[in-house]
Amino acid sequence: MSAAVKNTVLFALVGGLILLTGFMQSWNSALLILNMGLISAIMAIGVNLQWGFAGLFNVGVMGFVALGGLAVVLVSADPVGEAWAAGGTRVLLGLLLGAATVVAAVLVNTRMPRGRARAIATLAILIGGFFVYRGVFDPGVEAVEKVNPAGTGFLGGLGLPVLLAWPAGGLLAAGAAWLIGKTALGLRSDYLAIATLGIAEIIIAVMKNEDWLARGVKNVVGLSRPVPYEIDLQNDPGFVDSAIGLGFDPVTASTLYVKVGYSALFLVVLVILLWMAQMALKSPWGRMMRAIRDSEVAAEAMGKDVTRRHLQVFVLGSAICGIAGAMMTTLDGQLTPGTYQPLRFTFLIWVMVIVGGSGNNFGAVLGGFLIWLLWVQVEPIGQFLMDVITSGMAEDSALRSHLLGSAAHMRLLTMGLLLLLVLRFSPRGLIPEK
Amino acid sequence: MSSGNYDDRGNKDASITNPKGRGELSARPGTGQVMETASAFLIGDSMTGGYGKGPDILHDCTIAVNPGEIAVIVGPNGAGKSTAMKAVFGMLDLRQGSVRLDGEDITALSPQDRVVRGMGFVPQTNNIFTSLTVEENLEMGAFIRRDDFRETMAQIYDLFPILKDKRNQAAGELSGGQRQQVAVGRALMTQPKVLMLDEPTAGVSPIVMDELFDRIIEVSRTGIPILMVEQNARQALEIADKGYVLVQGSNAYAGTGKELLADPEVRKSFLGG
Amino acid sequence: MDFLNAIVALSNFVLVPAIAYGSQLALGALGVTLIYGILRFSNFAHGDTMAFGTMVVVLVTWWFQSMGISFGPLPTALLALPLGILGCMALLLVTDRVVYRFYRAQKAKPVILVIVSMGVMFILNGLVRFIIGPDEQRFADGERFIISARDFKEMTGLREGLAIKSTQGITVIVAVIAVALLFWFLNRTRTGKSMRAYSDNEDLALLSGINPERVVMYTWLIVAALATVAGTLYGLDKSFKPFVYFQLLLPIFASAIVGGLGSPLGAIAGGFVIAFSEVTITYAWKKVLGYLMPEGLEPDGLVQLLSTDYKFAVSFVILLIVLLFRPTGLFRGKSV
Repeated sequence: MSAAVKNTVLFALVGGLILLTGFMQSWNSALLILNMGLISAIMAIGVNLQWGFAGLFNVGVMGFVALGGLAVVLVSADPVGEAWAAGGTRVLLGLLLGAATVVAAVLVNTRMPRGRARAIATLAILIGGFFVYRGVFDPGVEAVEKVNPAGTGFLGGLGLPVLLAWPAGGLLAAGAAWLIGKTALGLRSDYLAIATLGIAEIIIAVMKNEDWLARGVKNVVGLSRPVPYEIDLQNDPGFVDSAIGLGFDPVTASTLYVKVGYSALFLVVLVILLWMAQMALKSPWGRMMRAIRDSEVAAEAMGKDVTRRHLQVFVLGSAICGIAGAMMTTLDGQLTPGTYQPLRFTFLIWVMVIVGGSGNNFGAVLGGFLIWLLWVQVEPIGQFLMDVITSGMAEDSALRSHLLGSAAHMRLLTMGLLLLLVLRFSPRGLIPEK
Repeated sequence: MSSGNYDDRGNKDASITNPKGRGELSARPGTGQVMETASAFLIGDSMTGGYGKGPDILHDCTIAVNPGEIAVIVGPNGAGKSTAMKAVFGMLDLRQGSVRLDGEDITALSPQDRVVRGMGFVPQTNNIFTSLTVEENLEMGAFIRRDDFRETMAQIYDLFPILKDKRNQAAGELSGGQRQQVAVGRALMTQPKVLMLDEPTAGVSPIVMDELFDRIIEVSRTGIPILMVEQNARQALEIADKGYVLVQGSNAYAGTGKELLADPEVRKSFLGG
Repeated sequence: MDFLNAIVALSNFVLVPAIAYGSQLALGALGVTLIYGILRFSNFAHGDTMAFGTMVVVLVTWWFQSMGISFGPLPTALLALPLGILGCMALLLVTDRVVYRFYRAQKAKPVILVIVSMGVMFILNGLVRFIIGPDEQRFADGERFIISARDFKEMTGLREGLAIKSTQGITVIVAVIAVALLFWFLNRTRTGKSMRAYSDNEDLALLSGINPERVVMYTWLIVAALATVAGTLYGLDKSFKPFVYFQLLLPIFASAIVGGLGSPLGAIAGGFVIAFSEVTITYAWKKVLGYLMPEGLEPDGLVQLLSTDYKFAVSFVILLIVLLFRPTGLFRGKSV
């Protein structure tokens, strides 16, 4: 069986499984899986770019995904005029001062000659700047957060169309990645892993606690959508007529219609990114990237600026994760910082890339779909298994109720098992790098 | 060393993986056909082989040490000197030839097993535990011994008095010459029947080199046969009972140290006239 | 008097908690650093290993409690600790046999082991949640305080109280014992020395007849003990929640790296550096400064540099500073 046939079969298999979900459970859940699968595939492309192409070990995917989500709020939420009036300028000024402090410290550190004077000057700028920043920033934040805390209490966004948030999410993530890469990659090409792990936690901490930014754990709900609302469709006589004409119940039809709309949008993004990633892989840039990956020493000897290339690919990959994050928040219609968990948003993406086949974009996409499908379906399967296992037990058995209650945790077990099995028996993944 | 399936994509992330200290040593005992030659205490007999499935580096090369003697392998760069020694120690894939220790065929043994059989080996680089103290280095040398090794340690301190003074210092803090003494001492802790040194004087100053050679002679006087590879051919041949000149993996000349030093051909080609 | 009050307040809110937390981090970081030194990879499953060991301790504690066994004023968990350690040892040995050993034989690159440890992390995480559930468990019993704030005030007549929880005292004592045992083992016993030798120079260790599989086995056993002790102490001091243990991975890694990966002494130093930074930077200094500053100059605000929610940021920034100015860590990352 040639590689092309095998790959087609694999994709067909995953597609078939999603269809099976449609037939066995409901088309609603099938479309949900499809939509999240599309998003997961995009994230996997991003991670694959970093790991598969360049060998960069990024375990901060969650942070970039969350930044994408934040971008949705910043771009598409309506601005809260009252909050801006109360302290918006103050907050912005504070942030600018904070940034200026850091920039000044970095400048002093690079321009001044080494020695005690430099250390003292840098420290003085940082400490002084910190207090000035807090002095300006804190009252502003307090004022903003006092404005109708139950409803808004944040500055709001720009009120632009939500689709603009997707590239914006990519940009935001890219900016953060640039900062991280500049520090972590520049300093000794190591430590990227721990730096990304940390930064992801910090990004989440900021999003949870800076209420003025995106309401923190109070969540921002009711974000605008790129597709119509179900209720509008149901009130649209034209839609209802055509739905009935096709033999659908209007309510079901409206939800399906909305989901298919999302699918189409996501598919467009996925195809564009996949095409770009494929082009990059085949381009001289991609070849050089892999050459660097396979032998940094040789690449360096040939005069390639390894750190610079790594920074490029790190920023690009993170940007893709940011785009995916923005898409996901758009799909959810809300930003809930409390739900970002590294197991789900960092390590699961890694499972997708490894299982799919690191170094191969199609592998990453396949992994994205397959793993997401499993992630969703393992729970009902686990529940079913537990039902079977416990069917012989007494109704009031403590073990039985414990087992039934714990079925939900089968997911993590299954993912770990799958990752280990693939690593052991098919370490290059389902669709290996060519 | 790892199979293609488990490559690390060039990852150098020192925060998650420890790039230093990964072992490279692998046993490659040869099982070629055996040839009978004159009996010596340790002999690598008619060895032909290379690393893995690569090309042969040694061609019908024979190296032997007699009891109580010092045998030296010299030759130009890339002649396969160290390779010959590694072959004797079982770190090469031999396609032909055999290695015998005290009349016993050990061709199929792994390097670790050869240590147990009484071969002491001092690699050229990374031959001490830098973060352990001198004394701990010696103790680790005696790891396979279950008996009381204090006497051996005392002998080694007699042999290398400087080590006794620095016994509680980390070996990595010592000078190059002292490190080599630690390395030799470590190998002697097993009370080996034969000692193999791979370029013991590489990278040390001439004065230290002379001192090291003196020490090696002293070790030899305790009755241990020594096989060593040397870059500094002239000094090495001066102390050698037996010398082997290798060229492109084959024996070019062999004889006593004095004979080789006197041989006009050897002088012209390797000793600079 | 104000000065004394300031010192007491400082001890109560900063020193005592930081010492306890630092001990817990140090024990965790020791495990990470040992694995890095011997097996040469960062074990992402370490947080979940701690969770597993602690889970066994919690379950045994409940069992003991149900049988009416108690440890007097001390927490029953201390009695259960040896069983927890045994459970964790069994788990790690099985994991090594089933998972890691294969990759060692293949001489797989260390980063592959890191990814493998991610898989193990998933499994352990799932296992712990499966067995004990994802919820928070409190299992500390016995005496709550060595000295309570009220007693202290009565004793000294100061306005500020100093409370030392028994769990904090136990943490420090157990940590000191564990570290002393570990260093005795590594520096004084033949096996311990062979572990250090193996970590230093694998090839030479092999030539010296050191059996790598034995070294690896002892490493896992020690790591299991350290992880269980660290996890149990943390759980006694705060509470046991699987997800929190997973999150501890970051400060633990930070401690190990700040101290110098591979260096046990560094891991301990790193643990305290991280703990003290976290606590001092997220502590509201209003009270202490209120005592120290002259009349009229007392601060109005909380004088809190960062809100407690940013404690991860603190460990991260410390990490970054150390990496920028001393990339090998405080103790130069000497191997074990």
